[in-house]
Amino acid sequence: MTINASGWRPEVGAAVAESAGTYTGNRALMLEEALIFEIGDSKTTGVDIAAPPAVKSRLAGLERHRPIGIPGLSEPETVRHYTRLSRQNYAIDLGLFPLGSCTMKHNPRLNEKVARMKGFADIHPLAPRETVQGALAVIHELAHWLVTLTGMKAVAMSPKAGAHGELCGILAIRAALEARGDARSTILVPESAHGTNPATAAFAGYAVESIPATSEGRVDLAALSARLGPDVAGVMITNPNTCGLFERDMKALSAAVHAAGAFVYCDGANFNAIVGRVRPGDLGIDAMHINLHKTFSTPHGGGGPGSGPVVLSEALAPFAPLPYVERQGDTFLLIEEETVDERQGKSFGRMTAFHGQMGMYTRALAYILSHGADGLRQVAEDAVLNANYVLRSLDDVLDAPFGHTGPCMHEALFSDGGLAEGFTTLDIAKALIDEGYHPMTMYFPLVVHGAMLIEPTETESKAALDQFIGALRSVAMRAKQGDPLLKSAPHYAPRRRLDETLAARKPVLVWKEPEEAVAAE
Amino acid sequence: MTRYFTDEHEWIDVDGTSATVGITDYAQGQLGDIVFVEVPDAGTQVKKGGDAAVVESVKAASDVYAPVSGTVIEGNGALEGDPALVNSDPEGDGWFFKLTLSDPSELDGLMDEAAYKAYVNGL
Amino acid sequence: MRYLPLTPEDRQAMLATIGAASIDDLFVDVPAEARLSGPIANLPGHASEMAVERHFSALARQNMAAGHHPFFLGCGAYKHHIPASVDHLIQRGEFLTAYTPYQPEIAQGTLQMLFEFQTQVARLYGCDVANASMYDGSTACWEAITMAARVTKRTKAILSSGLHPHYVSLAKTMAKFTGDQLMTSAPELSAETDSVQLLAAIDADTSCVVVQYPDILGRIEDLSAIAAKAHEQGALLVAVVTEPVALGTIRSPGEMGADIVVGEGQSIGVGLQFGGPYVGLFACKEKFVRQMPGRLCGETVDAEGKRGFVLTLSTREQHIRREKATSNICTNAGLCALAFSIHMTLLGERGLRDLAALNHAHAVKAAERLEKVPGVSLVNESFFNEFTLKLPKEARPVVRALADRKVLGGVSLGRLYPGNPVLEKGLVVAVTEVVTPEDIEAFAIALEEVLA
Repeated sequence: MTINASGWRPEVGAAVAESAGTYTGNRALMLEEALIFEIGDSKTTGVDIAAPPAVKSRLAGLERHRPIGIPGLSEPETVRHYTRLSRQNYAIDLGLFPLGSCTMKHNPRLNEKVARMKGFADIHPLAPRETVQGALAVIHELAHWLVTLTGMKAVAMSPKAGAHGELCGILAIRAALEARGDARSTILVPESAHGTNPATAAFAGYAVESIPATSEGRVDLAALSARLGPDVAGVMITNPNTCGLFERDMKALSAAVHAAGAFVYCDGANFNAIVGRVRPGDLGIDAMHINLHKTFSTPHGGGGPGSGPVVLSEALAPFAPLPYVERQGDTFLLIEEETVDERQGKSFGRMTAFHGQMGMYTRALAYILSHGADGLRQVAEDAVLNANYVLRSLDDVLDAPFGHTGPCMHEALFSDGGLAEGFTTLDIAKALIDEGYHPMTMYFPLVVHGAMLIEPTETESKAALDQFIGALRSVAMRAKQGDPLLKSAPHYAPRRRLDETLAARKPVLVWKEPEEAVAAE
Repeated sequence: MTRYFTDEHEWIDVDGTSATVGITDYAQGQLGDIVFVEVPDAGTQVKKGGDAAVVESVKAASDVYAPVSGTVIEGNGALEGDPALVNSDPEGDGWFFKLTLSDPSELDGLMDEAAYKAYVNGL
Repeated sequence: MRYLPLTPEDRQAMLATIGAASIDDLFVDVPAEARLSGPIANLPGHASEMAVERHFSALARQNMAAGHHPFFLGCGAYKHHIPASVDHLIQRGEFLTAYTPYQPEIAQGTLQMLFEFQTQVARLYGCDVANASMYDGSTACWEAITMAARVTKRTKAILSSGLHPHYVSLAKTMAKFTGDQLMTSAPELSAETDSVQLLAAIDADTSCVVVQYPDILGRIEDLSAIAAKAHEQGALLVAVVTEPVALGTIRSPGEMGADIVVGEGQSIGVGLQFGGPYVGLFACKEKFVRQMPGRLCGETVDAEGKRGFVLTLSTREQHIRREKATSNICTNAGLCALAFSIHMTLLGERGLRDLAALNHAHAVKAAERLEKVPGVSLVNESFFNEFTLKLPKEARPVVRALADRKVLGGVSLGRLYPGNPVLEKGLVVAVTEVVTPEDIEAFAIALEEVLA
């Protein structure tokens, strides 16, 4: 049986008696909020809609004859409901987000403003091309800068998120291999890879094999080279990797992979660490997705929408998915469908309806133009500086497994080594919540036991970092000394530790009327 | 009835050519609260060391391997409604599946209880 | 640079703490030949907020905004009025700048919203459960096809000719790589759907039948017979809904026996945005929940016994199952799901029904008027807010000529089905609550002029 390698187990912790309850259950600004199903009803609406003109129905006799069960609220109640809910969330606007593996940086509001301009927000994807030239210009301009920043040949803009971008890159690799009549079966993935990498390769029909890491937290080049062969289609590398380290042997690795007739896919989730300082194209990469919602700060939105354009090398560019934008003199063309035109004969096809995440393109382009070449270079430098500052300010209280081998890139990695018996990464994470921070990434990457991965990003000031370092140092000391209060943290959040076991054993995924719920038992 | 153990923390009770398979108390302790178990259907062919079942905790999904090759006679239906049985009685009511052995010689490399205890203590 | 708080003095002090002489020392692991010596060539330096805004304003002015003209485009993306409070609420920093709710104690806002969203979607679709959203309708459709293959352990899917051609195109792309077999065809320009052919095609190898409701030409048909035949053969019925407002007035696919219902949620709360980001809706019968892709939010209690919400059943997902996951999808469309959910809460059952009735009435009025244009005939017998006209000539140049007259007059089928001589005279016209009688008249007159 495979054992849970990360060591993570959710623990609920002991309840602590309330000091003084309140009639409402609220605690001053910590406000409880019922579900819309409990406060709304089917007769209430917050929208005034004109009475329809009388017409003869054309609904094929399929009129609804049963209630739908959608409650409504008036506008003031709606605004209050969602505002109260919002206050139970942590967010970048409230404080530092020390999450490794997901760049959470300041979201400039200018980007929101330009995305909402009527000329971008209120245009239809199938409007005649002559009426949307400005939108096509934005896509074309962003594509140009993404290609320039990465030193690659082309970019596929339509993938809707990072994982979708991975799929695009792997499909391009597969299409390129098939075009030369070369059926290969396997994708190699380092063990430190994001979980999406093996999932993507499997989804594209490949067998997945893991490549070990060295004791330094990098891909074992010797092991990789030994495994290369005529059955290997490609290698999926994350660089900088999930341990926050740059893969020093990247060029040698690419050369070895290419010599074996395979392709190099790079997971660009950590592009923020090198943007403007290193061009992935100079490292021999064939395809890399860029998370616009990370590196270029199109906001995270509580889990999407994202956008994952994929830059491609000369070898893969002809296989890029449809649609794409081309410039012809002063006119932008949108190439939407396969035609007999030879130029498009190689595209592997369509990955999404319409043309991708326009709302994210405007935001990312505004971000790139705001920073410019000098600003983007500064982004990478400050991101790496901030991460190293965190690493060196804490490596005396927390175990930094790769800290001795040199600087990290954009994220600092610690393990749970040296904590008191029975104390875990989870306890440190939950105690950070009480300190007013979102926890770091925990239990990832799997190559480190009880991993804590911290990516401060470049938009944190030194003062903000110093405060965070102080807080984490204090919590780490308490975990080393075995402070029992840690086991039941958080104490001050809107909720105490939640019972994830119950949620998974008896899934309740939709609200049911109390009598329905009882009947279902 | 003889009980053997694998270094992947499965146990197998052998009774002639049929056997019962589950995961050890040590394994359930490592996984924490089990929330879901997927057991093989009767008639499934399993291969020694191959995937035979899946056990899920909140944060991990683990494959359970067949200690020996054979044909599944029965999966433990009780685990669908009550996966916690694997936590409360891993080496009893929390069994995973029963099978008919296709090659009893495959038992040769497995550990007995004492050897497994020593193996776990060394982890 | 205004977004970067570190000062030169900060940087020096921090380098001293780290024990590095310069920033370059932190990049030692990057091979020297791959390090750029200065800012990237050809990209200008940083720009002020005002300058960037000016650049975008100029580009935005080159586009014809839907709200400024008589507007009749649909085919999977619809212009509806979005109440002002929706956009106000989704811009609250606690929603806009929050992370995926992996730390439930400080993400109850997002989690409770998702639980409400899942319930709204499940009820709208007539299903037991719904997930926390997908990228969009087209990707949700493919995920449904692969989920049906997992459930039935079969790989032959039958796609109705009424399914959005982009959805079909995406499925074909993916199937090339996964080895799934797809039966596809182009629609006929007629009032009849292909349900007779679908019924005949379902057999013991079919994993699922995929039917769009209302379909790409706007036609509506009862799905019960197809559901019954599919179930008889051990196959699933996947229904695709690209216009969720329709379900305010017509029966849900779940009620008619659909096993999986997926679709696009853009109509509610999200806006056109040139095609994205949108929000994919995904719902199914409870017994298939473990085969479902995407995130799921579930109810539980905290250590004090208070109700709370968490992401659950995550062992289906890529970050845990890796190569054995139900899908490679990592993110959902959280903020678009929020916009959908807020708009749906504002509407409520009454508002949704009224909105749907108004859409239908406007569409009927428009169809009656446009049918009177010489040479034009109405293809549909049934429709909700979208119908197809047959023009006396190829529709694509007609759409361009209408745009020259400042009327955005529908989607030509020639654009969606290039090289199909049967369909090139088809024009799909969508009519929502934002359309006025004057808009309809302007459209009709412009169409008369262009066809004359």
